[in-house]
This record gives sequence, C-alpha cells and structure tokens, in this order.
Amino acid sequence: MAVVARRISLYPAGIDPKEIAEKIKERFPEEVVEVTEFRDQISVIVKRGKILHICRYLHDDPYMLMDHLQDLSAVDWRGKKDPRFEVIYNLYSIRFRHKIRLKAQVPEDNPRISSVVPIWAGANWHERECFDMFGITFTGHPDLRRILLPEDWEGHPLRKDYPVEGPGPEKEWHGFVEVLSKAKELKPFEWEE
Amino acid sequence: MDQVEKILETRELNVNMGPQHPATHGVLRLVLDLDGEVVVNVTPYIGYLHRGIEKLGESLSYFQALPLTDRMDYVSAMSNNIGYVVAVEKLFGIEAPERAKFIRTMVGEMSRISNHLLWLATHALDIGAMTVFLYCFREREWILELFEKICGARLTVTYPRIGGVRNDVSQEFLDSLYKFTEEFPSRILEYETLIDQNRIWLKRTVGIGVISAEEAVSWGLTGPTLRGSGVPYDVRKHAPYDAYDRVEFDVPVGSEGDTYDRYRCRMLEMRQSNNIIRQCIEKLPAGPIMAEAPKLVLPPKDKMMAVTHPDQKHAFFIDEKVCKGCGMCLRACPAKAIFGEKKKPHKIKQEFCLGCMNCYVTCKFKALKIIPGGRGLGDEQLAELAKQPIPEEITKATELLAEHFAYVKRGPRVPEGDLYVATEVPKGELGFYFVSDGSGKPYRMRVRAPSFVHAQVLPRLCIGHLVADVIANIGTIDIVLGECDR
Repeated sequence: MAVVARRISLYPAGIDPKEIAEKIKERFPEEVVEVTEFRDQISVIVKRGKILHICRYLHDDPYMLMDHLQDLSAVDWRGKKDPRFEVIYNLYSIRFRHKIRLKAQVPEDNPRISSVVPIWAGANWHERECFDMFGITFTGHPDLRRILLPEDWEGHPLRKDYPVEGPGPEKEWHGFVEVLSKAKELKPFEWEE
Repeated sequence: MDQVEKILETRELNVNMGPQHPATHGVLRLVLDLDGEVVVNVTPYIGYLHRGIEKLGESLSYFQALPLTDRMDYVSAMSNNIGYVVAVEKLFGIEAPERAKFIRTMVGEMSRISNHLLWLATHALDIGAMTVFLYCFREREWILELFEKICGARLTVTYPRIGGVRNDVSQEFLDSLYKFTEEFPSRILEYETLIDQNRIWLKRTVGIGVISAEEAVSWGLTGPTLRGSGVPYDVRKHAPYDAYDRVEFDVPVGSEGDTYDRYRCRMLEMRQSNNIIRQCIEKLPAGPIMAEAPKLVLPPKDKMMAVTHPDQKHAFFIDEKVCKGCGMCLRACPAKAIFGEKKKPHKIKQEFCLGCMNCYVTCKFKALKIIPGGRGLGDEQLAELAKQPIPEEITKATELLAEHFAYVKRGPRVPEGDLYVATEVPKGELGFYFVSDGSGKPYRMRVRAPSFVHAQVLPRLCIGHLVADVIANIGTIDIVLGECDR
C-alpha cells in the first residue's frame, strides 16, 4: 500500500539497435533477410520459420531483456512485395531502454506463423486482431477467433483488396440486413413530428 | 435422497453483462460463468464501436486523419491528438517550435487531469461512492471550459497540428489556468477525504485485482495500470517527446499491484500533472507556434489570408496571350463567372466574380493576373492595370495559397519508411506505427491503443473473485471502448 513518487532518470542507456540487429544476425544467420533503418529505428526482416526462437532469445537473453511487446500488427504489401504479408513486432526493454523491430515475412498462399503468446501473454489479442483483419493464422494460439468483427464476417478488412466503403449492398453482413429490415418494420410506430 | 439432490443441484450460471451496462464504461460485453457469487470464467467481447479508423487512415491524407484520433479516446482527446502529431512529425522529420512544444505539454497534462478525474468519478460511482462523482465533474468542467477558451471545443478538440498547434494561447487563458493550478491541489485533498480512508472503499479495493510486476509487463500493461504493480515505466521519461525533458516531475509507482495502489498512483499523478502545467506556464517561451517546413505543413494562414482574403476586393484578369483555353479555371470557378470555348482564351464576367482565387491557383500557365483592389472596374481599365507590376507581398501570398492548394489536394511529400512512435496518454502507452510509401497518405496506419491491451487482462484479474469485483476491475484498468475498438 505504499505508493511513492519516484525520480526516474531521463537519459536512455541501452544497446544501440544496430548492435542488436548484428547480434540477431550472428545468432540466426540464415533467418535474417535484411536490416533497414529509418529515422534511427532499426527493422530486422526475418523469415517466419524461427520467429518463436528469435523472440525467445530477445526476451530471455540477459543483455536484451525485451520484456515489453509494444505492438504486434501486420502490413499487406499486395502487388508491391513478395511475400505479401509482414507481421511486425515492436519490442522494447523496460530495464535497458532499447528497442528493435522485427518483421516476419508471411506468404499469401499459406498465411501461417507461430504465435508468440507463450512469451508475451499480451500478444493474445494483437494476434487475434491480425487474424481478424488480415487472415493470418497464428499456430499455437490458445483462442484464435475474430475479435473486432462478428464471427461470421466474410473477408479481412485491412487487406488492400478489401474496399474502404465495405463489401457493397449485395454482400452486406446478414446481421446488418436484419437490423435494417427490423427498422423498416417498426417505422409505422415512430413518433410523429 | 437422489431426488432431493437433484432439486438442490448447484449449476454454473451463465450471465451476460453488457454491452449496455452502466459499469462497463461503454459497450463492453462480458460473458460471466458464475459458481454462486464466484467468477469461474470471463469472456470479453469487444468490437461494438469498431469504426475502422486504421482502414480509414489509409484513405485519408496525414492531416485529414487527425480528427479521427479525437474519436478514439474521447475522454482525453487532446492526448490522442498529441500522440498522432508527434508520430507524424517524426515521420516527416520536422520539429515543432519550442513554444508549441510547451503548449502541447501543458494541454496534454490538462487532458491527463481531466481523464483521471473522469476515471475517479466513474470508478467511485461504480463501487458505490456517489459524492465523489459530483465533485470530480465540477473540476473536469473547469478544465473543459479552459479547453473551450483555447480552441472553441470541449471534447473533440483537434487543437494540436502537425508541426505545432492551431492557435496561440492568450495571457488571459494562462492566468485562468494558473488560477486552476493554485486551486486544484486542495480539491484533490477533498476527494481523498471522501474515500482515501473510507472503510468501504478500502474493502472494495485493497487486495482486489492483484497482478505482479512480471505478469503485468508480460500482459503489455502500461501507464498507471502498470505502475501500480511497481514497474517504473513511463514513456515521458523513457523516450521524452515535446517538452517533457525540460520539466521536472516524478513518476508515482506502487508496490502491491492491486486496485488501491493503482488508485493512489493516479491521485499522485494528478498532482504531478498539476506541477508540470505550472512549470510550463512559467517557462513558456515566446516565438512562433507552427514549424516552417514548406510542403510538409500547411503554410501560415495569417500571412496568406491577410492579402488574399475575398474581402480584399481583388479582381482577376485573364491574359489572352498566355491562356491556352484548357478549361481548368472554368471548372474550378464556384460562381461560374468564367466563360469561353475550348482552346480559345477565356474571359471573366467581373460582376459575378467572388474573389475566391480558385481560378488563380488552378491555372497551370499563370495566365491569370491578380489586380489588387480592382473589383468592380471595367475590362478595359483592368487590362490597363494588368500591365503594372504586382506588389511583392501579394505575389508571395498567392504563391503560399497555391502551395496550400497543392498540399490539401495531393497531401505532403513524405519520405518512404516506417516507424513506431509511442507517447504517454493518460491510459497508458499510445503508439502509432506508420508505413509510408512516399505518397501523401499513409500506406498503413496502426494504432496501438492502451485500452485494447488492457481489456484483455480482465479474465486474469476477475477469475476467482466475486461478481462485485468485476466492476472494480473494469474500473481500475481504465478503459474507454472507443479507443479499444477504434
């Protein structure tokens, strides 16, 4: 029951992200495809096969301690890159204050990748959202269901081939059609102005 | 005997809580499996407020998507705006001026106080302390009125801009804000007298929803929800943005990780925020409020509009030698004052001209001449005046206007790349992940909403506790479903 206001130092101390990328390269030479840099942020593009091992290494290694999974999402590179999908892991170490971004390549014909829920419990809903929005299956996930959309929704909205304005009047989700017909039915009972 | 057992048989009860329930802070639906009063399992269902902000962001230009962020966490819209603009500024590679940074820090902390006040009010109301609600809303109203003073809006403010803030703060506003900071600490004491030592409050919060530091980090909790468990993680300290590296403040950290510690954390945080606001007022430097970055931020309106506003009574004149008759100005004119055939020089009916300059900025061949103060003159007089050189300030202003036009139409030119920028909003860590493909719109905009991450920890907090504690647990993780569903 003791809550105290603590003075926290401002200046980050930690490993240079380039060094982290080097270490990942050293440890998993066949997995790393490319290392890119933009605005001091380093991304390591890796193959999907050993993503769980790479994450486990970054999480457990005493010099890394990437205990905070900031974000997990995906990007659809339809027609721009091959493989089509990239699953993005933004990792951060609360103790050492360094960060790195992993990008795992996932092909279109078999969109599967290992789940990282065993390492970060918080990845659970992020992965469910990815499955919902991109149709990427996370193997080993404890409860892979749609999360934001209804369970019988068709299509994956954040894919680039999904129109922004929705699936159109013919392919409307049946739940919405029901609501509209119900509203029509009840219209005679509305308040008169 | 068998019959008696069959009659008295105990069954697990399946209760549907929400989505329309006053204690779920929006439209959260929980399916509870109950064994008597004890919760056996919880399954949260979200998505009732899903508006597809991430998908919408891909179809809007960077500055157009800013108002969407207000609608995520509508309780502290200002912080969301700041999170967005800080991320976009880093993507563009521009820096806001010092004054804008201090103003943003100031309004961000005001938003933190108003969020914590609303949190305290509803949390206490859920648990059963009605009085606190009324007192908290009294101060929240005060802050909302101050917001209204600087930007005209109370909730969906859209006050920060990419590269600065929308308008400058007045001395009158600063004075009234300073008065607020003088008054506010005594108000916090008022709330604390009501509940801090209250026996019912302690019974309902101490030892409820306990989560250890390791587990809290693993679940991805951030903000006061994480700090209640004793992890000193605060984005304002770990990766300072705006003016947070120039103000002094401490970070309240708990030890037990229960509902009471998280409550204390937020109460202390309000005092720290109050301090930060005071420092910002004292240190507020003079200077511009928008960054100067041509083609990345909107050009300054005051320089542009002072000379090009329709009230200035400018007239426009088409140079027949230059005009190719492409018809662009014809289509752009809202008053239909331009006429003419294709591939022949157009003409302007001066009596219909509104002076809106649409034709002027559309013309690719620069065939249009601006004639200052020439509205109402005849064609011959205008042709005479068109030969004279145009004042420099007007040419400059019209250039800016053309730039403004191009910026709005095509969006800013952004380098290719991707980045993730986190900011500390009242609820936790709000992250934006942008992928830019070099066009004026983001290729992918990902929002890491703290409420989304926090809501998934509910089963972990509730299982094994009583039904009544489910309410306390929803309150303590401080979620807003608008942000959770996006």
